[in-house]
Amino acid sequence: MPEVDEPARAGGGAPVVLRLDGITKRFGGLTANDAISLALKSGEILALLGENGAGKTTLMSILFGHYVADEGTIEAFGRRLPAGSPKAAITAGIGMVHQHFTLGENLSVLDNIVLGTESLWKPTQGRAEAREKVEHLARHFGLAVDPRKLVRDLSVGERQRVEILKALYRGARILILDEPTAVLAPKEVESLFATLKAMVAEGLSIIFISHKLNEVMAVADRVAVLRQGRLVAGMPIAEASNESLAHAMVGRAIALPQREPLAPGEIVMQLAGVSMAGGGGRTPLQDLHLLLYGREILGIAGVSGNGQGALAALLCGLALPDEGSFELLGETVTTTSPAGMQRRGVGRIPEDRHAVGVVGDLPVEENFILEASGDRRFCGLGILKGRVIRRHARALIERFDIRGADPTTTTRALSGGNMQKVILARVLSAKPRVILANQPTRGLDVGAAAKVQQLLFEARAEGAGIILISEDLEELLQVSDRIAVLYQGRLSQPVPAEEADLTALGLLMSGHGEFERYRREAGHAA
Amino acid sequence: MRLEPRAHAPFWLNLTAPIAAIGLAFAFCALLILWSGAPIIDSYAALLRGAFGSTFALTETLTRAAPLIFTGLAAAVAFRAKLWNIGGEGQLYAGALAATWVGTGMVHLPPFLMVPFLFLVGAVAGGLLLLLPVILKLKLRVDEVVTTLLLNFVVILFANYLLFGPWKDPLAMGWPQAAPIIDEGILGTLVPRMRLHSGLIWAVAFAVFAWAFIRFTRWGFQIRAVGYNPEAAAFAGMPIGATVLRTALLSGGLAGMAGVCELAGAKGYLTIDISPGFGYTGIAVAMLAGLHPLGVVAAAIFVAAIYNGADAMSRAMSISNYLADVLTATALLLVLASVLFVRFRPQWR
Repeated sequence: MPEVDEPARAGGGAPVVLRLDGITKRFGGLTANDAISLALKSGEILALLGENGAGKTTLMSILFGHYVADEGTIEAFGRRLPAGSPKAAITAGIGMVHQHFTLGENLSVLDNIVLGTESLWKPTQGRAEAREKVEHLARHFGLAVDPRKLVRDLSVGERQRVEILKALYRGARILILDEPTAVLAPKEVESLFATLKAMVAEGLSIIFISHKLNEVMAVADRVAVLRQGRLVAGMPIAEASNESLAHAMVGRAIALPQREPLAPGEIVMQLAGVSMAGGGGRTPLQDLHLLLYGREILGIAGVSGNGQGALAALLCGLALPDEGSFELLGETVTTTSPAGMQRRGVGRIPEDRHAVGVVGDLPVEENFILEASGDRRFCGLGILKGRVIRRHARALIERFDIRGADPTTTTRALSGGNMQKVILARVLSAKPRVILANQPTRGLDVGAAAKVQQLLFEARAEGAGIILISEDLEELLQVSDRIAVLYQGRLSQPVPAEEADLTALGLLMSGHGEFERYRREAGHAA
Repeated sequence: MRLEPRAHAPFWLNLTAPIAAIGLAFAFCALLILWSGAPIIDSYAALLRGAFGSTFALTETLTRAAPLIFTGLAAAVAFRAKLWNIGGEGQLYAGALAATWVGTGMVHLPPFLMVPFLFLVGAVAGGLLLLLPVILKLKLRVDEVVTTLLLNFVVILFANYLLFGPWKDPLAMGWPQAAPIIDEGILGTLVPRMRLHSGLIWAVAFAVFAWAFIRFTRWGFQIRAVGYNPEAAAFAGMPIGATVLRTALLSGGLAGMAGVCELAGAKGYLTIDISPGFGYTGIAVAMLAGLHPLGVVAAAIFVAAIYNGADAMSRAMSISNYLADVLTATALLLVLASVLFVRFRPQWR
């Protein structure tokens, strides 16, 4: 097992600030971390790379005291860190920026930053002093954010800066960032990377958790790769390549599914001048025009929260347009009804598979018939046909390669990828003609994501028109026939994927560029 | 101590955790018995004898278990769908009132029809009573915990009015009770010279029915799906409102049948104290059973045995029979706590 502790090769003779030694953590039969040893040196960015479920977050949770390791020790700045105490980690100079922010929405930026650092017994708050310190840190590291603003008025990128400032304000010398780019637009990613570089230049040390190879190559000094809880590779970034890291991460070669050119079919869905109020915290849509053809995948790019929720609600039968028309397979949709959408032949893959996609406490076989329990195949005189359902489940598990599941397995026990396959099996086995796939590969590892894309391609080949909402531009470029960008409820004109490029899409995603109204006649069928 | 979620709960743990919890409850109450100056072993022996020790004790326990099975099922079915029906007591009285209304001479049928007819009438009355809060919940999002609970008092006070007023039986020597149910409607006894009546068989049959309904029918499937994850169920196109209404009719109906069971079985005529809180105890029974309809039968017999046994213990050892309440409450709390250990693994460090 390689050990990432080679002071001579990277960072020169810089002192080790953090040392993890033989960390092991088991959850029941699963070994999440298996004897992992890591050393972080002063003034470097160490990327922790691995697929979902490789043990990255577990390792960092142990480091920050959220979990207690079964074996192994942690040293920060030469001192042994007591296990299970986030407070001790903070005192030792470790700061953590979680994937999901932990900010009070109704408090100002400054309040959020100083929260928990003030003495209970001091009569004055010393806000002026605190603000000066925050402003100094912000200027110094290029973390532009107004300390007086309320957090609820901030963008996602700004919130992340507040989280980083919070850690720096507490005197963090070691910063852990858990998938920090997952929520950012390409431009914000660049500015985050500039900040990280500025911080290490000051002698801070950073652990950067990611599963995106390009980012790791761009920003890290060294990289450590985790796979199934083990440290499988560690090297200076100069010695790494995309291919070698991908291979170390997955442990086998992944064949990415290829999109075959297909002639688009009939129009299956049409939005003309659709506007709708947000509701439920969703961004409202403004004057959307969109044509969807059979046998095509139309990618919808954009940072989430720019109207994806409303668009998905429309197609899922949970909302209707306030203005404009919504036609499916030649018929205008006038009622909200999820069941009605199924009858019309719309397959719906929801964004949140745990909360909306499956009933986790029910067995797999019953989740397969969640939408079709009234179907005469599965139900006669109100009684469920247990044997047919069991056989149906066996067939789907086999056909969709759902691992670790038999028909009676509690769905909650499945991994994210297999849970997503349960949803896809349910949706695709109904032979839908229009499919809404909302973030179908988010949080999945490379292998499971490839399988999901493969299944979408198969549905496309069978004639379905697919709306694919994703935040991952590279995935969209690889999978879609055409791509449009949603920004603040407006939709850009779709362009063929062959003509699209990352820079132009990135600009559109951050609101730069034109949001011309998409004219439906505009010669698309040709 | 820290708690970490378990990936899989082993089967033996599911089985032994509640039993261990009940054992702990007995151990805790042993302290109370000691405190009141009685010998522990003898006291618990008296309790056991009082619950199961003779034909009389056993039949009395089962007589008491029958209505608890019905009210326990009512709570279990509703709670499965996350419908918090606290109104079992009121629905029980509604069932008893309706059965009294038609069963004291208004309708005459042969016994093999009269008894099912009374159960049907009681079930309809209980179901309709629960429909009102549920419609308010669905239409106006009124919290059903409050409305079902308060309806209990409305119904019981209405029964009071009837029993002290228009329905008061002139032949009852001034007692506030209604005329007796006609002979054709009385539930037959199962053991000669004992009170145990065929209501127990009805109760067990309905437990099997409720289990099969929830497990094997489409509507039962919808109840489970809506209870576990209403958002996913709605997304999949399941009719949430209709499912909740069906659950309400079933739950209220079962509680109403508890009233018929007591009326036509144990008592024979309606009095104001026909239920010593069976509707509320049914909630504890359902929770003890983990909301499983067949488990409700076992839990109802357990609770009935504790109450009957504690009465006997109290007479033999001259300690308060409130110990039954303490014992049931402790067992319930500990069983609920034991669920925590089934779902999470304690980590000592």
